[in-house]
Amino acid sequence: MKQILRNIFHSPRFVVGFVIFCIVLLLSFYPMVSIFTPMEIVGSGFHAPGTYVNIKSTIQSRSEELKYVGAAGLSNQFTAEELGKMQEWLVKYGGIDQAVVDEAAENDNAFLELWLSTYSDDVQYKATQAYKREMQKYNKQILRITATDSLEIGEGDSTITVKSNQFVNVKNISNRVTLPLGTDNFGADVLTKLTSAIGVSLKMGVMAGAIATAIGLTIGLLAGFLGGWVDNTLTFFTNLFTVIPSFVILVLIANSISQAGRSPAMVSLIIGITAWPWTARSVRSQVISLRNRDHVNLSKLSGHSTARIIVQDVLPYILSYVIMALILQIGSGILGEAQLSMLGLGPSTTTTATLGLMMNWANTFSAAQNGQWWAFVPVVLAITLISYSMNLMNTGLDQVFNPQLRD
Amino acid sequence: MSEVRERKDYTNGPLCLSGRGVTRIFGHGEKANVAVDHVDFDFHEGEFVSIVGESGSGKTTLSKMLLGLLPISEGEILFQGKVRDISTRAKKAEYWKGIQAIFQDPFASYNIFHKIDSVLLDCINMRGGKNLPYEKKVEMMTEACSFVNLKFAELTNKYPFELSGGQMQRLMIARIFLLKPKILLADEPTSMVDACSRATILDMLLNLRDEIGMTIIFITHDIGLAYYISDTVYIMEHGKFVEYGKADEVILNPKAPYTKRLISDVPKIHEEWDLSTVELTDDY
Repeated sequence: MKQILRNIFHSPRFVVGFVIFCIVLLLSFYPMVSIFTPMEIVGSGFHAPGTYVNIKSTIQSRSEELKYVGAAGLSNQFTAEELGKMQEWLVKYGGIDQAVVDEAAENDNAFLELWLSTYSDDVQYKATQAYKREMQKYNKQILRITATDSLEIGEGDSTITVKSNQFVNVKNISNRVTLPLGTDNFGADVLTKLTSAIGVSLKMGVMAGAIATAIGLTIGLLAGFLGGWVDNTLTFFTNLFTVIPSFVILVLIANSISQAGRSPAMVSLIIGITAWPWTARSVRSQVISLRNRDHVNLSKLSGHSTARIIVQDVLPYILSYVIMALILQIGSGILGEAQLSMLGLGPSTTTTATLGLMMNWANTFSAAQNGQWWAFVPVVLAITLISYSMNLMNTGLDQVFNPQLRD
Repeated sequence: MSEVRERKDYTNGPLCLSGRGVTRIFGHGEKANVAVDHVDFDFHEGEFVSIVGESGSGKTTLSKMLLGLLPISEGEILFQGKVRDISTRAKKAEYWKGIQAIFQDPFASYNIFHKIDSVLLDCINMRGGKNLPYEKKVEMMTEACSFVNLKFAELTNKYPFELSGGQMQRLMIARIFLLKPKILLADEPTSMVDACSRATILDMLLNLRDEIGMTIIFITHDIGLAYYISDTVYIMEHGKFVEYGKADEVILNPKAPYTKRLISDVPKIHEEWDLSTVELTDDY
């Protein structure tokens, strides 16, 4: 046993596949340490990868908080002539009474409030370009001082006040969030969702693969060892399932089950019971070559029961092959789930994400057309890496167990 | 093998295993292939019978039918005077207490995943010794191993691949020693081991026969060996027995052309059959 394991881990292909698989497996534990739950809505809609600050607790909005103007007041920022031009604009183009403007001009805060609520660069009025530019310049200046003077940053006790001539260290913003892979159409963090989906998809793949291998192994062992009419019957059904494309059966079964009934477990069961035929066929042919071996005959002569002979004298000889088949079945189980989900026949649940469902959502919300790559490229990459690692492990094992392929 | 073994005449003892019109056909219709074609035989208690024939003559098929591992297409086999009944598993298990086998390839005869002890323990269990204390079982296994010049203490807890081919085949004989069946079917037990081990193994088979009065059905393609060792020889060609009788009669005065050819195929054969050369010349 130790020797076999050593041989396996000397196969470079297996080791590379195993390492990739372990990395993917480790990723699936990320949701445990993530600050979000997989389905939590973080923002609204797609956000590109990056670091974001949440408006709620970082910057108090301008319109509510206009206690900014420093000791010197507006006269420190604008000349009297400039202030006069702005008052003139408010009367001429803003449609404000001269009396109201004059009154507001007495108080810096009131004037700014009036200016901000009336003027906008978008307002259409007849004037020279130069005049418009000048007004835009004043507006920009006002916006700058309103936006930067005395911002409240942080929450509760950690609030700091930032003056217009200060910088804020990003670290001091308590509620910033880093979204390494952005958010998807639901506004959920893609990284958390993806890693949890990897976990779910792996579980589904293992379950589907285990079911398919168990059915295929049982049928293959019985058909191969017992022979006769048992073999004929079982081979008939195996051929039947092989001839009809299993994906069609998969789609039909998945479609016939109600939307609510399609839990991840149910979908992996469906994949499992359609994927067994080739395992059954290859196990059967291996068993046929084993059943006439002398050690099997000797075991019969020693009076052992058929069940015991199958389990102890036949199964161990094909176990390495069965493990290889299982690995491939797990890989194709994950792909099968992705295929079904892309067609909208995958697990229908709002509480769990799977790799296929993430692809389906990205497709439904036109992520590809809008260039929102972060919603589907990582998912595709995850699926590719999983099946690639499975295939590598399989060929690595093949190299170890099949002496003809040894270098 | 230097000592000359005294030859008792076992060919007139009570019948042990007989066959009437035993036939085996593989396949159906046009593809039907008659592997064993209506053969009759009578094996007596304690008799050393050789079935000689080329590859593909149906020897192994016949041996599988005798062992009950392969169903018979036609005819019947009589075991100790009664028609053999192996319709249920219990009856088969009972039948296999009376007939056992040693196969050609010792390397393929063991389950490579089981330790050697399990092969011998199975035999003790089969003989109804399941509830014996372990020390008693070890004693029985040690005795069986020493019968074939093996030391049980050196073999216990080992896996089959740690043994040589000759050791494996001798262990198979130890197995027979424990089981003490009425009939032993030896399907070319010496063809995969070296000449030296072959002599030892044949010697052990003869000892077994003398000790427990076992009938030995020896299947071989080597007519020289068959002459040296057996009481009775059956020559098989294309599924039929073309000639049978006492070893001396068949081989010294062959009647069937096939027998003559088989004899002429033995290398370095003189017109006058020289017994002393058989041992030396049948290395191939």
